Amino acid sequence: MHILTLAIKSMLNRKFTIALTIFSIALSIMLLLGVERLRNDARESFANTISGTDLIVGARSGPVQLLLYSVFRIGNPTNNISWKSYEEIKDQRLVAWTVPLSLGDSHHGFRVLGTNLDYFRHYHYGGGLALEFAKGAPFADVYDAVIGADVAKELNYNLGQEVVLAHGTGEVSFVRHDDKPFRIVGILSKTGTPVDRTVHVSLEGIEAIHTGWENGAPRPGAHIDAEQARQINLQPKTITAALVGLKSRLAAFRVQRFINEYPKEPLLAALPGVALQELWDTMAIAQQVLLAISVLVVLVGISGMMTAMLTSLNERRREMAVLRSVGARPWHIFILFVGEAGAVMSIASAVGVAALYVTQLIARPIIQTQLGLFLPIHSPSTHEFMLIAAAVGAGLLVGLIPAYRAYRYSLSDGMTIRL
Amino acid sequence: MSIETDAIKIQNLSFHWRMGDAAVLDLPELHIKRGERVFIKGASGSGKSTLLSLIGGVLLPQSGTVSVLDQRLNELSSAKRDSFRAEHIGFIFQMFNLIPYLPVIDNVLLPCRFSQRRKHNIEKRGFTLKDEAVRLLEHLDLSTEMLQRSVTELSVGQQQRVAAARALIGGPELVIADEPTSALDADRRSGFLQLLLKECFEQDTTLVFVSHDSALEPQFDRGIQLADINRAIN
Repeated sequence: MHILTLAIKSMLNRKFTIALTIFSIALSIMLLLGVERLRNDARESFANTISGTDLIVGARSGPVQLLLYSVFRIGNPTNNISWKSYEEIKDQRLVAWTVPLSLGDSHHGFRVLGTNLDYFRHYHYGGGLALEFAKGAPFADVYDAVIGADVAKELNYNLGQEVVLAHGTGEVSFVRHDDKPFRIVGILSKTGTPVDRTVHVSLEGIEAIHTGWENGAPRPGAHIDAEQARQINLQPKTITAALVGLKSRLAAFRVQRFINEYPKEPLLAALPGVALQELWDTMAIAQQVLLAISVLVVLVGISGMMTAMLTSLNERRREMAVLRSVGARPWHIFILFVGEAGAVMSIASAVGVAALYVTQLIARPIIQTQLGLFLPIHSPSTHEFMLIAAAVGAGLLVGLIPAYRAYRYSLSDGMTIRL
Repeated sequence: MSIETDAIKIQNLSFHWRMGDAAVLDLPELHIKRGERVFIKGASGSGKSTLLSLIGGVLLPQSGTVSVLDQRLNELSSAKRDSFRAEHIGFIFQMFNLIPYLPVIDNVLLPCRFSQRRKHNIEKRGFTLKDEAVRLLEHLDLSTEMLQRSVTELSVGQQQRVAAARALIGGPELVIADEPTSALDADRRSGFLQLLLKECFEQDTTLVFVSHDSALEPQFDRGIQLADINRAIN
């Protein structure tokens, strides 16, 4: 089609303004796709974090909070639950398995989780996948540690290395358990969940490093060294939370009621699926606002294009008159403008998608560390193609306005060159 | 088919811009024979641009007929008039004739993008489009090095000659020139006119040349004063 080559040559003649227009629309499309991707992938990443667990049990707070600190390792628990309560839940007839979780320490910003061997057996993620060891084996000794894939990668740790845990969960901690170092005996395979960023030790290990402590600080003059600690009873008195698997999912509500009405201690049992949904719903409005803003930004970009085209219209009236004199029909002029809008939108979409991938490559590790979200880099989905198509469609639609004006001009001006 | 020899035949033409406005053009009769090279003298405001738009089929008269090459233009749809114009008429304007973003060669070949006939006219004679463009440009005293050059680098005189080559390419029967020399100085003016007349003669093209400068008139077969024939001004 000759008229489209004319459109492209005309655009090349105005490459600076056109490039600016393309740049702003490309940015807006990148933003739109980025927000959509974040929404979908974050949801998937959340949903994939835990599976197979029927109930999460913790001190009484809210289900979302419980989910956040026990599974996502975000925030801190309000209270602990007693070992006695845990044992009682474990012994319920309908309960198949339980996994105790004890949180509160860290290692270079990575959370430390005290648990037992049931964790490696029963914690499932991503729709039923079990944890796997890339190297080594589960902890066997009090001072053994199993680290997640990201911990190993970022701190460059290997089997046999000794690590010192720090008290508290901050990035920088001044109280370190340096008298009782742990030895790395296992490194887990990558899971794309917070497990990758966790240092796992036994409950006894957690108990051992806190012997002689009171109210979150070592009691003066009561120091017990690592070997002495082995001798004392390391049975924990409290844990942070527990994962519970049932013999039948149908029993979930009954067991949940039993725990929620447990008379000796205020406890909360949350259904992970419901809590995930609730967590997601709390973010729904923010997400929708974000989406609405990014759609608006695309519209701003498109109206910028329209403004540029309308401004160029006057100086292009001569060009239009000349084209008419050599036999161009008004609809040729129309196509010339719509073609320009189409070309701008297509190029901008391509640039926007490319920029999105570049940004994702750069931002992915940062988002993983800062937000605990695991965003995979994948090819554009059908949904994203539809969004792009919608943006291009909107651009073409808006392009009809200057095109129609040019069409009117070329009808009324004819071959008369107006300046 | 009748043995008409008129390139342009206008009868009882009346044109006004809006309903109720006075007529801008009121021509009882105008004949221009095929192969004739006619000078139409008209001051600005005498309706000459309107006349050329009517001949080009961009405008239609409210009454009367305009026939170009035996085709009554008001019998054609606007799309047909557009393609009729592309096939049979070449235009040269006062200035800014060229598309600034196309190189010389593409400007010259522009009519061949819109008219198959003019393209075939060249190919029928065994030339490529480029050959023909080069031939015309050489005839109009433009060197072939200019082919790929941007038209904005050319002088006004060179631009007008490129415009003339574009009007003539593919051998349209009629060339309409609207003040093509008014932006040129005296020397270049007669040079340009001679090249244009010579080329029209060689291609046997009818030329309608509109200008306010009666000094050019003697070089034409015939001169017409628009004011004399347009009753709307009198």
